Amino acid sequence: MRYLPLTPADRANMLSVIGAKSIDDLFIDVPGVAQIRDPFDLPRHAGEMEVERELAALAAMNRPAGSGPFFCGAGAYKHHIPATVDHVIQRSEFLTSYTPYQPEIAQGTLQVLFEFQTQVAALTGLDVANASMYDGSTACAEAVMMAQRVTRRNKAVLSGGLHPHYAAVTQTIASAESMEITRLAAAIDAEAAVIASIDTDTACVVVQTPNAFGTVTDVSKIAEAAHAAGALLIVVTTEAVSFGLLKSPGEMGADIAVAEGQSIGVGLSYGGPYIGLFACKEKYVRQMPGRLCGETLDAEGRRGFVLTLSTREQHIRRDKATSNICTNSGLCALAFTIHLSLLGERGLKSLAALNHSRARELRDALAAVPGVEILTPRFFNEFAVRLPANAIETVEALVGRGIIAGVPYSRLAPEAGMDDVLLVAATETTTEADIAALVAALKGRTGQ
Amino acid sequence: MRFTKDHEWVELDGDIATVGITAYAADQLGDVVFVETPDLGKSLKSGDAMAVVESVKAASDVYAPLSGEVVEANGALGDAPETVNDQPEGLGWFAKIKISDRAEFDALMDRPAYEAFLGSL
Amino acid sequence: MSMNSVGRPTRPDQQSPGVGGSLTGARGLLQDEALIFELGGWDKTGVDLEAPKFDASDLGGLVRSAPIGLPGLSEPEAMRHYVRLSQKNHAIDLALYPLGSCTMKHNPRLNEKMARLAGFGDLHPLTPVSASQGALALMDRLAHWLKTLTAMPAVAMSPKAGAHGELCGLLCIKAAHEAKGQGHRRTVLVPTSAHGTNPATAAFVGYSVTEIAQTQDGRVDLADLEAKLSEDVAAIMVTNPNTCGLFERDIVEIARLTHEVGAYFYCDGANFNAIVGRVRPGDLGVDAMHINLHKTFSTPHGGGGPGAGPVVLSAALAPFAPAPWVVSGPNGFDLIESPEGEAVQGFGRMVAFQGQMGMFVRAYAYMLSHGADGLRQVAEDAVLNANYIKARLSKVMTPAFPEGPCMHEALFDDHWLEGTGITTLDFAKAMIDEGFHPMTMYFPLVVHGAMLIEPTETESKLELDRFCDALIALANAAKGGDVERFTGAPYLAPLRRLDETQAARKPKLTWKPVSQTPLAAE
Repeated sequence: MRYLPLTPADRANMLSVIGAKSIDDLFIDVPGVAQIRDPFDLPRHAGEMEVERELAALAAMNRPAGSGPFFCGAGAYKHHIPATVDHVIQRSEFLTSYTPYQPEIAQGTLQVLFEFQTQVAALTGLDVANASMYDGSTACAEAVMMAQRVTRRNKAVLSGGLHPHYAAVTQTIASAESMEITRLAAAIDAEAAVIASIDTDTACVVVQTPNAFGTVTDVSKIAEAAHAAGALLIVVTTEAVSFGLLKSPGEMGADIAVAEGQSIGVGLSYGGPYIGLFACKEKYVRQMPGRLCGETLDAEGRRGFVLTLSTREQHIRRDKATSNICTNSGLCALAFTIHLSLLGERGLKSLAALNHSRARELRDALAAVPGVEILTPRFFNEFAVRLPANAIETVEALVGRGIIAGVPYSRLAPEAGMDDVLLVAATETTTEADIAALVAALKGRTGQ
Repeated sequence: MRFTKDHEWVELDGDIATVGITAYAADQLGDVVFVETPDLGKSLKSGDAMAVVESVKAASDVYAPLSGEVVEANGALGDAPETVNDQPEGLGWFAKIKISDRAEFDALMDRPAYEAFLGSL
Repeated sequence: MSMNSVGRPTRPDQQSPGVGGSLTGARGLLQDEALIFELGGWDKTGVDLEAPKFDASDLGGLVRSAPIGLPGLSEPEAMRHYVRLSQKNHAIDLALYPLGSCTMKHNPRLNEKMARLAGFGDLHPLTPVSASQGALALMDRLAHWLKTLTAMPAVAMSPKAGAHGELCGLLCIKAAHEAKGQGHRRTVLVPTSAHGTNPATAAFVGYSVTEIAQTQDGRVDLADLEAKLSEDVAAIMVTNPNTCGLFERDIVEIARLTHEVGAYFYCDGANFNAIVGRVRPGDLGVDAMHINLHKTFSTPHGGGGPGAGPVVLSAALAPFAPAPWVVSGPNGFDLIESPEGEAVQGFGRMVAFQGQMGMFVRAYAYMLSHGADGLRQVAEDAVLNANYIKARLSKVMTPAFPEGPCMHEALFDDHWLEGTGITTLDFAKAMIDEGFHPMTMYFPLVVHGAMLIEPTETESKLELDRFCDALIALANAAKGGDVERFTGAPYLAPLRRLDETQAARKPKLTWKPVSQTPLAAE
């Protein structure tokens, strides 16, 4: 078997060195009743060819984003990834290396993490960032837990513009810690309701911008209101490319910024692996969850990098840790940082401008479709429209015409009563022809 | 100066007790990188978790040797945690407590008793 | 013949001895590499994008005006930067990582190829279900393998790592208790040898943690367990094989006692590699167990992640699994994304979307490659390799539990280093100079100066012997008084020992410009 180097001769030789007669002797501690003799009801081993055949057949039953007109966003975005990225992340030394607990032989990983942390701090406009979390949704939940630790208060308010999955994850995790979570009603423009909900028991408010409906929001007034009450402002961003164009969370007064980093360097991959970005003000760094990489010197005075402030983490603090997290999204952080290094500031700004430009074209085209109403007043590359019909049915019908029209809001939040609302996104990969095809298909549906 | 079995020391001046960790404890911990001191006004019973002292690889709880109210915390440790290693039984103090029960202090080990206790470890 | 006078020395001894040490600090193939922020490309970009005519009227005045502070690199510069950095990393593709409980096995490249098929890699998580049947089918098939290998009826697929899986399992347990009016149970029992994530997770979920003692032969102390079990206990969390590399012989009894007081048995599946294909946790009485796909099922460690930690669940816990659920029906597969129908008791949601699909594809390709017969061989070779190392190294090092075989990992203490002036840490750092990553050190906490070695099944006998020969040579050097070799190690790595104290006292977590405005240099 191609992944097993031992030969029968090796095994026999090794058993005699050990002083055992058979491999069963080494399993002697397993109670007889628990040892399996019968073969499992599972297939026997297969060569590469057979495996490829089965997987290719399964892959062929899926509609990749790049196979036709495609307008899904809602927390994951189709962007072009430069060829260099995938090539570098497959280098053995990056792909098959371990967590950098032995810094002398992991400076590659550690320097990458230091550069990544610096980039994330710059993007979010905050002082420090960690070495990444699993994804944006768990980063959001962790931020709320952190606010509880910092303020020693138990209430959190989630804006009606927060991605419903993010709200559900935050609610699930935070209620485990006995926090009281208030989820405000879904709203295209959610600012006023958030401010009204802050009181002196509030640990934090969580606001997304651009929000789940694509609305670009000035959170500085929310920041003022939160700070006046002694609460923290957590800003969530699901489309990382937007940092290239919009005011940063830090600039607008955020205490903690979390984001989904998938848009930069990481493919869609049906939901994972993704990468959670997490940044905060300097004064809160010891309450920050996750891995942190720091700069230092080695025994010969050369600059190097190490994991640091580890006493916050599970392997030392155990039941008093800031989180139970044990991994970061290492390889995705590498992909993110390579892509961002290739873009540079100039490239990121151009990319963001291009995304916004395409989204405006999409908006103009859809606004001209009878029965379609543009709901989002200010947007980056994604916005909500009201259709003259059920959004789920419309999307399903368009699948038959080779078009993935977007994400029905009701798929994310069936209880919100927004069955005719569709979330559509355009990126640099969206073409005029794509937009024309969508418009034609929608017009066809309404018989116009 | 009096001592506890958990390697805290106490220096009493009137009813204000200054508390820290002993040279033995500081030595066992290795390089101290951070100290989490208690909040002012916090009310403590003897044996309560009062502070946390961190080295690179460990975080250790420090327990209140006496009951009382925290009236001062050593802010200088924020910038210079190494003071705990350099002067654990002097400038490396953690907090000052206004004690509520003098008898608790009297019950603590004196230095010869603490040294004997260390010898038995 | 004609004479060739354009000669030059071709034997090393014909050449001059050289000056030793380069002029620039570079060491042959190994180069120093600056940070991207020091390479000065503040206005550079390595991507060709058309710059559109920019209209800000739809942005509500929220355009970023201040510079971000991000440097750019052209493609050649980027390749050089990252390739140079890569050469400072150890990796499984280079040599053994003998890290206990990490299961650093070979990462098959077929897995990488399969994950990159457009139908998986370029599939949006919210693609209509009718257009993602292949993804759902793969998740279903992977789930079937996990359930069959463990003899458990259900599996929650969404957790993104092992610790995340532990959280999922405990939240299921908490929900199950609440549903039965047993929400008052406040305690979780955890052995003293447990991995840090176990008590961290239990505390996170709001439980208080009580430790269970260990016997002299490294197993859970049944008497202590029995004494601590009560109607206040919600669950026990036990790793099997345990973190000392030993199979818990009394596991069936441990499960029985736990169930008798109405508590649940959470099993940390980090060491599943020792028993996959030979033992099924479901048969032992386990109620929930996370499976690290990046350990037993070969998905790459990637320098620290991403992992994946699906959790197999017993019939009692299955109804409480979090969203989403993959269900099959007459029209193919469907995805239930909120608590409704058969999923109405689910405790909530762990992540946005479906989980680590990229890791599912890799793990599934691996399972198909090995098959049930191959997986059984994996466990046997893993256990054989660990026992071989234990046998060879026991001649110079002291095993923590010398009686009987170990499972997939061998545990040593530092008794054999007594009097040498060399610690476990020093010994580990000296391994780096011999070309090996250190083994797990000082874990489990219950053994003094612990050294935990897990070779996995993908090490050849040649590599195992190379490893053992190196460690035996080092052990002999240690006992022979060659102290400096150890206390100053490593000498040959890209960097020597780093000042972790300074890094923690004065954290420098981001690059900061020396001057205020790097862009002023433009």
